[in-house]
Amino acid sequence: MTVAIDRATGKRRGDRTPRPGLGRRLKDGYQKHWYAYAMIAPVAVVIGVLVLYPLGYGLYLTLTDANSLNSARTIGVNEIEATYQFVGLDNYADILWGPTAYDRFWSHFVWTIVWTAVCVGLHFFIGLGLALLLNQKLRGRTFYRLILVLPWAVPTFVTVFGWRFMLADSGIINSALDWLHLPTPAWLEDTFWQRFSAIMVNTWCGVPFMMVSLLGGLQSIDHTLYEAAEMDGANAWQRFRYVTLPGLRSVSSTVVLLGIIWTFNQFAVIFLLFGNTAPEAQILVTWAYQLGFGQQPRDFAQSAAYGILLLAILIVFTSFYRRWLNRNEQQLAN
Amino acid sequence: MSTSTAPAKAPAEQTTVSTAPPRRVRARGERGRAASLASHGVLTVASLVALFPVAWLVYLSLGPDKDDYLHPGGIWSKMTLDNYAFVLQHTNFFDWLKSSLIVSLGTTVIGVLVAATTGYAVSRMRFPGYRKLMWVLLVTQMFPIAVLIVPMYQILSGLQLVDSYLGLVLVYCSTAVPYCAWLLKGYFDTIPFEIDEAGRVDGLSPFGTFFRLILPLARPGLAVAGFYSFITAFGEVAFASTFMLSDTKYTFAVGLQSFVSEHDAQRHLMAATAVLVAIPVSAFFYLVQKNLVTGLTAGGTKG
Repeated sequence: MTVAIDRATGKRRGDRTPRPGLGRRLKDGYQKHWYAYAMIAPVAVVIGVLVLYPLGYGLYLTLTDANSLNSARTIGVNEIEATYQFVGLDNYADILWGPTAYDRFWSHFVWTIVWTAVCVGLHFFIGLGLALLLNQKLRGRTFYRLILVLPWAVPTFVTVFGWRFMLADSGIINSALDWLHLPTPAWLEDTFWQRFSAIMVNTWCGVPFMMVSLLGGLQSIDHTLYEAAEMDGANAWQRFRYVTLPGLRSVSSTVVLLGIIWTFNQFAVIFLLFGNTAPEAQILVTWAYQLGFGQQPRDFAQSAAYGILLLAILIVFTSFYRRWLNRNEQQLAN
Repeated sequence: MSTSTAPAKAPAEQTTVSTAPPRRVRARGERGRAASLASHGVLTVASLVALFPVAWLVYLSLGPDKDDYLHPGGIWSKMTLDNYAFVLQHTNFFDWLKSSLIVSLGTTVIGVLVAATTGYAVSRMRFPGYRKLMWVLLVTQMFPIAVLIVPMYQILSGLQLVDSYLGLVLVYCSTAVPYCAWLLKGYFDTIPFEIDEAGRVDGLSPFGTFFRLILPLARPGLAVAGFYSFITAFGEVAFASTFMLSDTKYTFAVGLQSFVSEHDAQRHLMAATAVLVAIPVSAFFYLVQKNLVTGLTAGGTKG
């Protein structure tokens, strides 16, 4: 009897390079596809209604000049019709090369890139360092691990407020610096220090995830590889470079991608740390939010256009990243 | 692949190894006292850094006055639990708890229920449109909130769903459902295909196989997907801050912000509330975190 199950799926990237014979089995199961469609129907409906429809509507809004003054709204019992107009691609043109486009978009764009690169870099290297330390036989290893995961365990909206108390003008950090006769920067007021503290807080929040996933990756590396390398006379650095790093490839490429996406989209840290007070330290996501909801009148069209641009950046980046990964993997295999 | 690269590149640098002075040979995994001390030192510092902001928040929550965070030394002598009593009795704490739970549990239940069959289908079956579906599932996970927040706000206000639990649950489902499907696919992939085949040979339909064989086996995976949706929905800030307008419907993420307004900053109460929220959530997190990580990375690498 034909079965709509194919066993090749257990293989990594089995969907990309089907083994010979898969097509035949697919053909045999063709009549049974309705099972698959019935099973994906709920998600397809949800995605259609909750993601694609709003996305399409958002796309339409970016082509108009909608803001909170001309959108349909209800004041008391009066219903006011929407009066915004279709303006074509003006919003995008205005964002990308309109007057003062540098201050409104490009400066935030550059800062977002810096923010993402620095944060993910710090997450990865600190996380890797801690994972390597935790991967050795060490007294109290579990205990360290439990404490180090804490920043991830406590909700971000709680810890960010903890940081705000610490970074406040005469909070504990500045008191300590003062006591040590070091300069006491205005962490939450000065542009440079705002950016610095945003990166610091986000690094603090993001390291545990990297650490735990890389630790999982380290533990799954076959131990005999290290023995073999040692027999061949590899020193500690060589074992790290030629056994550990290649062994971590699949885990690290995934977590770095996730980290980049999450950091690029990071909203809570910056929003809760600064609120509306720090226009210079806003990354694109929080800046788009400010345009749409943090000011009067709310500029819905521009905010939505920022959103679409952000999504486009992410999609382009991700597809390049995956292509780059695939190419590297092929090179390694040859 | 790593076995083949390691020996090939090693000889080039071997000269540096052999010139090193002979040392006492150590057993594998054994380290010198200095190395061990250094590891402990680094880990202790890292643990202190990880612990301090949270501990500081707990400490501040014990100070009775709203400006105590500026002179923390004074708290030690007048430590009190009054803030907690006040938060529990005179603020909207329980309202916020209720809305947080309604929204997060609603998202979790819908997310897992809706996503389960899809996760199974994309794990086991190939059908025309498979790659497109996987792509959509992947892309949906990287939506910045800025993409959906404006149109969602417009649509929900058109439907009079702003400031309602249902509206927020629907918004959260837009990310939770694809995410759960992705996560569950990763888990279903780890269940041996032989089980499906045995079920099919014994005459079950694909649905029967799924509901009677795979679903019971996948309980841990379902739990992880559920926990993940719960934690994400619980900690979400942007949509909750925008869509929940009346202060009895705030979730904790919004409620906490409301302690600090332009006119008044009740930081001591805020700290106490933060601690009250953090304790159960972190406890919950510690119970599931190990599974969470495997789930997250497994789903990713197999895509």
